[in-house]
Amino acid sequence: MAKEFWRWKEYNWKSEDIDWKGGTTISAGVDVGSVSSQSVILVDGELFAYSNMRTGSDSPMSAQNAMNWALEKTDMKLENIHYVVGTGYGRVNVPFANKTITEIACHARGANFMYGNTVRTLIDMGGQDCKAIQCDEKGKVVNFLMNDKCAAGTGRGMEVFADLLSLSIEEVGELSFQIDEEPEPVSSTCVIFAKSEATRLLRDGWPKNKVLAAYSSAMAHRVVTLLERIGIQKDFAITGGIAKNIGVVNRLQKEIGIETLKTDYDTQIAGALGAALFGKVLAEKARK
Amino acid sequence: MIQVGIDVGAKFIKVVLIKDGKVVVKDQTASGFEGKENVKTLYDQVLQQAGISPDEVDSITSTGSGRKVVDFATKSITDVTAAAKGATSLYPEVHTVIDVGAEEGRSIRCNQDGKIVDFAINEKCAAGAGAFTEAMARALEIPLEKFGELSLNSTKEIPMNAQCAVFAESEVVSLLHAKTPKEDIAKAINDAVASRITSMVRKVGFVKEIALIGGVAYNIGFIKSLEADLKDKIIVPEGPEYVCAYGAALITN
Repeated sequence: MAKEFWRWKEYNWKSEDIDWKGGTTISAGVDVGSVSSQSVILVDGELFAYSNMRTGSDSPMSAQNAMNWALEKTDMKLENIHYVVGTGYGRVNVPFANKTITEIACHARGANFMYGNTVRTLIDMGGQDCKAIQCDEKGKVVNFLMNDKCAAGTGRGMEVFADLLSLSIEEVGELSFQIDEEPEPVSSTCVIFAKSEATRLLRDGWPKNKVLAAYSSAMAHRVVTLLERIGIQKDFAITGGIAKNIGVVNRLQKEIGIETLKTDYDTQIAGALGAALFGKVLAEKARK
Repeated sequence: MIQVGIDVGAKFIKVVLIKDGKVVVKDQTASGFEGKENVKTLYDQVLQQAGISPDEVDSITSTGSGRKVVDFATKSITDVTAAAKGATSLYPEVHTVIDVGAEEGRSIRCNQDGKIVDFAINEKCAAGAGAFTEAMARALEIPLEKFGELSLNSTKEIPMNAQCAVFAESEVVSLLHAKTPKEDIAKAINDAVASRITSMVRKVGFVKEIALIGGVAYNIGFIKSLEADLKDKIIVPEGPEYVCAYGAALITN
């Protein structure tokens, strides 16, 4: 089988500092996205464990797998979790969820935790959609805009390019800066058109990295048009898989002239994290 | 009088040569990467085939998204003008011209005299253009030429959820995994493109008769889907991809 350059590593993580058995409220969030699924477990609102996997063709199974994988490194069982919130595009298909909440609300809540309460504008760059969200100091959504009709500006678009250029999706960010001069962007409105432009440029003798740079700026530009429609207020943050791609992030920062906040958390878990945070509140309410 | 029309499209360059009002030679070549040189080569070839020397040519009119590369043209016109002129000259009864090329789709409404009243263009996105069907044929692993006929074997109506060609590709793969017959998927794709074109046609409004031109007019399944959507018969000229070049040739200074 041919190498799949778009394929990113799946992983799970567990905190070494938390003893969950001493916790009062254990909550979890499961985010079943169109491309990736994450599960986050919180012990009294502290990040205890999480997983990140590719979504399969079956949503309930993807939810189950993500949950199992987050639990795998721990000696916790699903029944030890007091409250599970499902979110994401496949949220109605999380069989063990107590409640479902939209991914817009969850991302805003997750970003508030991840980046702090100064976040006012957030962009979630997911696998098959892109959302610009305005939120308040509590992480509540004030307004949002989204593009889920078109692959331009989404992770899937970047996967198409990684495949076209035979470059690993995890390296494309760095590689897009290994160029002599920043090229003009390719089409920012359609990935199919961008791809045929890129093919032309490659045959013209452009190095792969330069083509990658041209696509990264096109992608950044596409997202900026969405941001401009909703208005950009500081502080600004990015969640989702593309937040890890500095090729797009740096070009986006440059275009809007605002730095993004930094975080040590995994930006792909923002939705599941927000869901788990809602889960904590709901579990406590249910107990009263 | 000798008139030449050159249509430089996203995928193909088309040249039509008219002598005293009659088409003498028409030919095409891939646009490729050396657009400028390919245009010149094709032009020279067409003149040779017609047995005409360059100084006998009275007018050269260029059109198409790449028309700027034709530096020897005596006139340059938009695709919309060329499409309307070409189609209404062939069929004076036509008042709506739908032109679907590799990367663009357009719908043009004309009055009794063939003058353009209104038009709409999609050039931003592959959905609703030939590139969409091409990407889907690749995902289905069937040759593009067989795509239209294959879809005629199906009477099913499977809705495609994705508008975007990239997302639709994943959808096609899922349908294949679910053991959906290829002819049903091909029909679903033709229906999807037709519905996008139809919404563009409705935006400008349409008046009978309707003509379909551009390379996508070779897709018989797409024509059927479009006829079903518009609830009307559609005229498809012979050599539908040459109509813009023909229209351009007719328009001189």
